[in-house]
Amino acid sequence: MKNIDAPIVLETKGMTKRFPGVLANDRISLTLRKGEILALLGENGAGKSTLMNMIYGLYHPDEGELWIKGEHVKLQGPGDAITRGVGMVHQHFQLVPVMTVAENVMLGAEITRGFHLDQRGAIRQVKELSKQYGLEVDPTAVIDDLPVGTQQRVEIIKALYRNADILILDEPTAVLTPQEANELFRIMRDLTAQGVSIIFITHKLKEVLAVSDRIGVLRGGQYVGTADPQTATEASLAELMVGRKVILQVDKSKAQPGQPMLQVEELVVEDERGQTAVAGLSLEVRTGEILGVAGVQGNGQREFVEALTGLRPVKGGRALIGGTDITHAAPRIVTELGVAHIPEDREKHGLVMPYSIADNMVLNRYYQKPYANGIILNQEKIDQDGKALVQEFDIRAPSEHTPASNLSGGNKQKVIVAREFSRETRLLIANQPTRGIDVGSIEFIHNQIIAQRDNGVAVLLVSAELDEVLGLADRVAVMFDGRIVKTLPIAEATRERVGLLMAGSEA
Amino acid sequence: MESTTSVPVWKQVWERLGVLGAVIIVVLAGILVFYVRDPQVTTAVLSSTLRQSTPLILGALCGLIGERAGIINIGIEGQMLLAAFTGFLANVYIGQLGIFPLGVTLFLAAFVGVLTGALLGLLLAFMSVTLKMDQIIGGTVINILAIGLTGYFYIAGLTTQGKLQPISLGPLVDIPLIGPVFFNNPPITYITLLLVVIVHYVLFYTRWGLRTRAVGEYPSAADTVGINVYFMRYANTTIAGGIAGLAGVFLTLEAVGSFERLMTNGRGFVALAVMIFGKWTPFGAWGAALLFGLATAMQTQLQFTGNLAIPHQFIGMLPYLLTIVVLAGFVGRSRPPAAEGIPYETE
Repeated sequence: MKNIDAPIVLETKGMTKRFPGVLANDRISLTLRKGEILALLGENGAGKSTLMNMIYGLYHPDEGELWIKGEHVKLQGPGDAITRGVGMVHQHFQLVPVMTVAENVMLGAEITRGFHLDQRGAIRQVKELSKQYGLEVDPTAVIDDLPVGTQQRVEIIKALYRNADILILDEPTAVLTPQEANELFRIMRDLTAQGVSIIFITHKLKEVLAVSDRIGVLRGGQYVGTADPQTATEASLAELMVGRKVILQVDKSKAQPGQPMLQVEELVVEDERGQTAVAGLSLEVRTGEILGVAGVQGNGQREFVEALTGLRPVKGGRALIGGTDITHAAPRIVTELGVAHIPEDREKHGLVMPYSIADNMVLNRYYQKPYANGIILNQEKIDQDGKALVQEFDIRAPSEHTPASNLSGGNKQKVIVAREFSRETRLLIANQPTRGIDVGSIEFIHNQIIAQRDNGVAVLLVSAELDEVLGLADRVAVMFDGRIVKTLPIAEATRERVGLLMAGSEA
Repeated sequence: MESTTSVPVWKQVWERLGVLGAVIIVVLAGILVFYVRDPQVTTAVLSSTLRQSTPLILGALCGLIGERAGIINIGIEGQMLLAAFTGFLANVYIGQLGIFPLGVTLFLAAFVGVLTGALLGLLLAFMSVTLKMDQIIGGTVINILAIGLTGYFYIAGLTTQGKLQPISLGPLVDIPLIGPVFFNNPPITYITLLLVVIVHYVLFYTRWGLRTRAVGEYPSAADTVGINVYFMRYANTTIAGGIAGLAGVFLTLEAVGSFERLMTNGRGFVALAVMIFGKWTPFGAWGAALLFGLATAMQTQLQFTGNLAIPHQFIGMLPYLLTIVVLAGFVGRSRPPAAEGIPYETE
């Protein structure tokens, strides 16, 4: 820990926030000192975002006090927080995609000459800030054309442009590659060296230990403890965060690969804009093994998986499942061949949000007996089986009638897993199966995937989380620019080697 | 770069120009040819083009200001119609008082019409922003309201106390072709041309415009930097309503001089087509409106001159046919503001 004597710039005293039926924040007290990085650790739903939204003026606390720079403040909105030097980088970037970097930075605090927007002035300021803090970005670029790592830098510049010296970063590494995350950590250290104080929200243990000066842990809306990164370990933090011992290392036996189940040959797929996203991709997954596809997001993984599952037309090459050509097959044909699919975007492709859990459980078989008889649905059977699955897969919900939209991210994902795994399966295609969900749910889903493998299912695991791929896969295929550039047995797949391949350099 | 030799010249020119450039050149060339052959008729057709396009431009400006802020307005037709009616009635009754000179009467009447449009804009904003109603339903409410009110209170046989008269801009009028077409018009036509420039400037070069577009594209980004999304949507929709009101006033006080039931005749909807064809930009909408105006003017002219082997109904279809062809084929890649039609909720 550094600067224990540095002045306190921000303090919450017993802050409480209630939402209908939920106590989101329960008397939380914490302090932030000048020039330090305070990591705020907690599972999804622990109340991290609620607390930050109160500090940023988006929510009003029901009880408790907020002190900024020695002053007791009652924030009416983000504007109040901004004038007091609080800046926030949201998990979902708050940037207008069609506007330029400079326009986004000055939005809300525009530089004008008379009526006229001073674009040049804004560009100059962005350049100065990016030089001062080592945040490289082209001020005239349109946001839509920028990679997420750069967009995040724009968000930080946006806060600095408003003279923020207290910076809240909400899950900033969720969308970054390991390299981009390291770059962000360097930026964070540069910022604190220049007197900025940072609250860094995350649920990734490695990062917390790597970058923070002090660690605060939230669980179930309460502040459960402070840890010192010098002495804390991943295991001790996980225990504090979840409230019980967690096994971080996935336990699995050696794979027993059998016959090839999925064969992909020279597949070519285009994205929405007609650009080639998958450029002659070939791979093979055998029964009883997990092939992990590692790669930076946006290298064609989404298009590849959508093409396999029949959601996107194929332009060239072919794909076989168990010897059957499914290159141009409709999604239902693919499903009926025994393919389980955990889609990347659970809310868009995985669930029908307003439907009940039970109805969501039969989306891939509602038209078959016993769930339907001709055109009539057997709702009783659907609810009955839904209820059983809710229990079996430990889905935390009031009942099987609860709409999917009311569930937390982890529980939504469990509904999908329950639906896909409660059926005879030969091939599992899992795309980002644990993105944005809590440690407890990740553990559960990982174990389910291993269990499927041990049952002889062929598993294609696509993930941008390198740790996930390295933890689960038996073989690692690295995807770059629409192709598999290398396939390695897990024993040869080190973090460094795969990281380099992901960045496009031949290792 | 290496492909320059293999691509034929006409293709290169075509790609540079685009469809739009080609259409403009063909139209301009056509106008010139006709002007050489028959200057009088050509001038008349072009003047008529400008007149026909005026309510379309105003309607399209109303539509695009709203959509840029995130509010879809399909109630332009109703805003125009009710404004045309109130402007007309105001003119008749203020005129009957006999205490104001004609110019003042017309100005007050026009003001009443614009105010009517603005109030309907405010109503639309209330329905879509505060009540978070479906905006298509909100617009339909306005259309039905306008048809109902104007139909119920309609009084046959009234005519306005005077009309807005052309103001000639001195020596500019003597420029051949362009002079009589552009520089000898009644006030609302001039105001419309000015509005195209003003709206363009405000949208793309001012703080207000930047915030308006942010609110229409990604409202939470605006909200998190302290911009009041609701206020921006209310204000823009109301101002836009006033512009649609001006289009209504144009119909009764400048173009016709009386009010007829349903006299807007679908112009509010064609204005939406114009807005889309113009890719949500004021100058684009202006160009598109002129094209539609030209089609309408030619249609009228062709029916006048007669002696065509085609039944006049087919000629009458011309502007509408153009709407379909243009919207289906030539719009190309255009993208509406991303957040339009979605009520904004702060949680």
